[in-house]
Amino acid sequence: MTGIEIYLAIAVMALVNYFTRVFPFIFFIRKDPPSSIIFIERFFPAIIMVILIVYTLKDIEFAVYPYGLKEVSSVIFTAFLHLSIKNYLISIFGGTIFYMALVQYIN
Amino acid sequence: MKYEKELKKAFSISIPVLMGYIVLGFAFGLLLTSFDYPWYLAPIMSIFIYAGALQFVAINFFNAKAGLIDIAIASWFINIRQSFYGLSLLKRFKNSGKLKPFLIFSLTDETYALLTTIKDDETLNKKYYYLFLGLLNQLYWIIGCTSGAVIGSYVEFDTAGLEFSLTALFVVLCIEQYKSLKNIYPFLIGAISSIFALIFIPSDKMLIVSIIIALIMMFFFRKRIEK
Repeated sequence: MTGIEIYLAIAVMALVNYFTRVFPFIFFIRKDPPSSIIFIERFFPAIIMVILIVYTLKDIEFAVYPYGLKEVSSVIFTAFLHLSIKNYLISIFGGTIFYMALVQYIN
Repeated sequence: MKYEKELKKAFSISIPVLMGYIVLGFAFGLLLTSFDYPWYLAPIMSIFIYAGALQFVAINFFNAKAGLIDIAIASWFINIRQSFYGLSLLKRFKNSGKLKPFLIFSLTDETYALLTTIKDDETLNKKYYYLFLGLLNQLYWIIGCTSGAVIGSYVEFDTAGLEFSLTALFVVLCIEQYKSLKNIYPFLIGAISSIFALIFIPSDKMLIVSIIIALIMMFFFRKRIEK
């Protein structure tokens, strides 16, 4: 994207983001949300996180060498860090540095 | 200053967020300028959007030249969890008057977590206490994002692989989701819908198609998920 397209995209994201935050204050100030909304609220955040992991890896060519192994091993390393040390900054930075080292120093 | 006590209290409880937002914002700024976008998009985005995961994904939208409707739908579902934060704050924000629109805007994951885990101090003027907490947190985020972008655009170093910070962020959020849900089905649905879309759908439509398939699957298997 360039110039005006980027600003339009930012405006759309700003509006939608504010809409998601203001939503309950508009719709549920007097009545409780219906059960299907509560169902989405409860389970969709988990679904979207998995989708976003795959989405961020969408341009990786899994059919050619190194078959996405750098990405998969970095995901496992990040998860390992997070399950063992339980500090999200350490997990994110450790995982990213691990991946950068793989991409920059290993062919 | 009239509300010094409120400001002090807000600052003291916001210190963990200070650390997190500066570091994560810095990574966002670096990533943004590593694709040669101008540094000043970082303060613009952190002032007007002010959402961590969405700002990271926004860089992918720019790179992919995503359509505005696709961006709107994807942003909605990426941030849908926020639509329920307000439910537990309806009463607490009730008497905040003109400050209310900003207090609602300030509800990021971290601000929400602070507001709901820390007990209200009855001696404080609450609406100003909430205001300072929201302002301070956003200020940390703006500083982090902007400094990362400025440093990234003036200092030359090899950023190859830096984009993995986004993947790593979602891996961490995914594990946290599992810890609180303890239910494997949503994760299976997310994996099946996104891997299907990855294989069969062109990459620029992959996110939207994954979301739609996941929504259909979750209602199809609702009984099993809720058990």
